[in-house]
Amino acid sequence: MTADIATQAQQETVTFTVNGKTMQGRRGDSLLKVLLHEGYDIPHLCYHEAVTAYGSCRLCLVEVKKGRKTKVTTSCNYPLMDGIEVTTNSEKIRKHRKVVFELLLAQVPNSPELQSMAAQYGVTDTRFEKKYQDCILCGLCERVCREVVGVNALGFMGRGVEKDVGAPFKQPSKTCIGCGACVYVCPVNCIKEEQLPTKRTIVRWERNLPMQTCKRCGYPFAPTYQLLQMQKQTGLPWEFFELCPDCRDVKD
Amino acid sequence: MSEIQTTVDSIVDQYQADPTGLLSVLQDIQAKMNYLPQEALERVSERMKVPMPRVAGLATFYSAFSLKPRGRRVINVCMGTACHVRGAPLILDTLERKLGIGIDETTSDGEFTLLKVGCLGACALGPIVEVNGEIFGQMTVTKADKLPDKLLKEDRGGTEK
Repeated sequence: MTADIATQAQQETVTFTVNGKTMQGRRGDSLLKVLLHEGYDIPHLCYHEAVTAYGSCRLCLVEVKKGRKTKVTTSCNYPLMDGIEVTTNSEKIRKHRKVVFELLLAQVPNSPELQSMAAQYGVTDTRFEKKYQDCILCGLCERVCREVVGVNALGFMGRGVEKDVGAPFKQPSKTCIGCGACVYVCPVNCIKEEQLPTKRTIVRWERNLPMQTCKRCGYPFAPTYQLLQMQKQTGLPWEFFELCPDCRDVKD
Repeated sequence: MSEIQTTVDSIVDQYQADPTGLLSVLQDIQAKMNYLPQEALERVSERMKVPMPRVAGLATFYSAFSLKPRGRRVINVCMGTACHVRGAPLILDTLERKLGIGIDETTSDGEFTLLKVGCLGACALGPIVEVNGEIFGQMTVTKADKLPDKLLKEDRGGTEK
């Protein structure tokens, strides 16, 4: 019985090399997650460890040698397996990343975040036609809203050149709770939030939400819809959400 | 309950409201109503417990679906490479002028919707125009100009017994 568990654990742990250095990790883990954890500086925009890897920004490219075949692949959605040899910063990889940066810059030329990342790879301009969009369609906002917040207010609409991310039918969102997770997670900072004393606006989704004021101190601490969502998820009584986090700790 | 909701409900029930049948449900609604009204999609989302962005995402992804009402006949002009070099743009131009509508538009009488497609897979017959499953091959500008009238006439001959 103990032997069984030991072999199982062995199956779970895999040995692989990164730039010639031998490492161990858990089978099936995201390669990018492991590499970032080990301190390798790999550019990435569409990856966040809180959500499923999606592989759309194409920046986390690495070379993976498996058996006799070597291929260039996105590391965020590459599952860790036994005996792979990973190269993170070869001439080939740098060349590919440069092109990807150029393509991203063509889509979104005016993002300071993207510009500074690209500059690290010596890319300051793009040879492709500039589209002057503000979104790179990485889908992080959509995944965070679905997987972390659990609200499902966003999705991809259309496809090809018409693909867009947002609320259904590109109309103002009816379900967004104004939590601001998408604002926080957006790598090119194209989802803006406007905070007024009594309301919060998520500009990109055209969502205006009233703020809940604390019953005791009167501070508008969160959008009411966000609190309702939290109540739904936690099952706590509504009275709990009528007080701001600071006042909750104060004993009567 | 509105008429749209009743129609949607009967289709959803055929699939036991199983979320894996979402695409089939949308196809059936498209076939029955000729388009996917927003109200229908909202009902699908509610009945099948599929989030609205997912339903809307699917509905906008496939060109087989339309969010606007389509005409009784959908004219697909093939703009694939083979048809293109054989003059498909001229055919499209002719139909646009004849019907007085652009691509992805419907005539005011609700008879025709004009669409262009990538390739219909019958390049040897090009340039091709397809209307509700019927193929019209080796199109010329003259033939294209007469096509809408011909279709209307045929239909009248067929239905008025």
